[in-house]
Amino acid sequence: MLQLLLNGLAVGCIYGLVALGFVLIYKATELVNFAQGDLMMLGAFTCYMFVVWYGAGYWLAFVLAVVTVALFGAALDSAVLRRVLGQPQFAVVMLTIGLGAIFRSFASIVWGSEIYTLPTPFSARATRIAGVTISHEYISIIAGTVILCAALYAFFTFTRVGVAMQAASQNQLAAYYMGIPVKRMFSLIWAISAGVAAIAGILLAPVSLIDINLGFLGLKAFAAAVLGGFGSIPGALAGGVTIGLIELFSGAYLPQGVKDVAAYVVLLVVLAIRPQGMFGTIARKKV
Amino acid sequence: MRFLLKTSYEQDLRLFRDAVQRNWYIALGLALLVLPALVPTYLVDISLVFIYGLCGVSLMVLAGYTGLVSLGHAAFLGIGAYAHVYFVQDLGLPWVISVALAAAVTAGAGVLVGLPALRMTGVYLSIATLAFALIIQEVLTRWERVTHGLKGRPVDKPVIFGVSLAHDAAFYFLCLAALIGGLWLTANLLRAPTGRAWVAIRDSEIAAQSMGVNRARYKTLAFAYSAALMGVAGALFAHKVGFLAPDIFSVLLSIQFLLMVVVGGLGSLHGALFGAAFVALLPVLISEARDRVPAWAGQVVALAGKDAGAAAFLGVDRFVKQPGLEPGLFGLILVLFILFEPLGVYGRWRKVQLYFSTFPLYKRATFRRQKTYMRSERLR
Repeated sequence: MLQLLLNGLAVGCIYGLVALGFVLIYKATELVNFAQGDLMMLGAFTCYMFVVWYGAGYWLAFVLAVVTVALFGAALDSAVLRRVLGQPQFAVVMLTIGLGAIFRSFASIVWGSEIYTLPTPFSARATRIAGVTISHEYISIIAGTVILCAALYAFFTFTRVGVAMQAASQNQLAAYYMGIPVKRMFSLIWAISAGVAAIAGILLAPVSLIDINLGFLGLKAFAAAVLGGFGSIPGALAGGVTIGLIELFSGAYLPQGVKDVAAYVVLLVVLAIRPQGMFGTIARKKV
Repeated sequence: MRFLLKTSYEQDLRLFRDAVQRNWYIALGLALLVLPALVPTYLVDISLVFIYGLCGVSLMVLAGYTGLVSLGHAAFLGIGAYAHVYFVQDLGLPWVISVALAAAVTAGAGVLVGLPALRMTGVYLSIATLAFALIIQEVLTRWERVTHGLKGRPVDKPVIFGVSLAHDAAFYFLCLAALIGGLWLTANLLRAPTGRAWVAIRDSEIAAQSMGVNRARYKTLAFAYSAALMGVAGALFAHKVGFLAPDIFSVLLSIQFLLMVVVGGLGSLHGALFGAAFVALLPVLISEARDRVPAWAGQVVALAGKDAGAAAFLGVDRFVKQPGLEPGLFGLILVLFILFEPLGVYGRWRKVQLYFSTFPLYKRATFRRQKTYMRSERLR
């Protein structure tokens, strides 16, 4: 029972991290990035490449991979996504779906479609606390999530850039008139979001193996983001953890097959009953 | 130069714009009738174009005309296909009744999705339909009594009124008839009050509602109609593939359908057909290219030296035979279209047409779209 709770918490943290990436981009640019899961996949593969191909240490590879993917995210924004700013949301959805397909294709050409394991300092080690075995991989996921969230929260609340980002997210035009470099803010938010996705991918890598379909986990992260209320940072995490717990418990107590769809059922129910999620607000047009 | 001035309301409601356009359509129909004699080897691929055309029309009604972007249309195709095969092969119903029932079942599923979808807008709806599609895929996998699960399910050739349509040409005409029927019905709906209500909802829900359009009713209707068309397409699709397995109806197929309407051009039935031809024929083109491009590359590089030519042949050959290349190519095309021609093939066609018919007075700004930078402007 407690074991399930902890595992669910760890899985939920991963969902939460990916959902956090969605939410950051959505909050700032009002784009919904369907390629978030694939960015996570790229992060995991990049880290694997640094560790296994070039023999870098885990921590060095971690930093290098996150920086690489973050830079890639910023480049993606300035090269591609900036061109669709102000266009209907649908265009952006299609664009990011297309980008996701390109990333998967790229990964399968560069790294092949085999399944890899990432060796980490936490692999195959566990601690026993009060009769519950916790593997260090799960501890690393939970700890990583907590640290990352605290850092992001501090960044958005206490730094000038963070506040500028919030302004840009509320009204792009007004923020621009107030002298905020909106374009640069957007690139920065894409970099942060891609970096968060990469961190999620690297933390997840030892638990689930790395392959090109890792990105489909992004779909479950959607459920997390919607459950928490799209556009709410604590909501993304809470939603992720809830989805993770629901998934593991339904896997343990309900018939086979329910586990795989539990996240989507929750998603549909939430959308039908309370579309704004747990923490979100819904915007209505005033006439 | 031809002017198009509408002087009466009836003119706006006509099925064909004028006699010229009608004659072009008749010519196209005749061309399609003799096509089987001309390209007998590609008949199966062209049948797929017709089936995808039906899917494209279905999604166009929902996404292009009602503004409800569905990311889960492959699920409706799957429901239609499995329902049809179940009715024909397990219950032994006649083919026509089975297709009608499959369409009804799929329309029911459409209503089921449409009802909760009434409260959602924009991206939320896409996400919800995506979730629905994933659930349906799991159901198709687990409900083994009907679907035979992952083992898959062979499908017999269609037999209509005791006549077997096993021949490729017969199946070609069946698909063509279904597509023309679907197009005709849809075009009629779109020029009737129903279609105008859909377009009104797409352009502004609030304005439509204040003009007396029953939002809930028309949105549900759009879902049901779109799903029913998809059900018919699914029945044909089942015969086309000849073997049903749940993983055919994946998210990737849904995305291909969306690719179809975007590449073709949102908000036009022509676009759906252009897109269908594009998506159905691209794999054929790719497989042809896979056989030929390495040899060409080899020949070109061989001008510089024989060994280099052989190396280029092997390198290019290995590259084009990568299994992951095709989805990436689809993605690339999607991205390029969104960036450079958001109106799709049909939009480009309209621009070229307008350029020549108004020469030399064509203005780029005719097709420029308003951009919105404020959150309140985005709500419709």
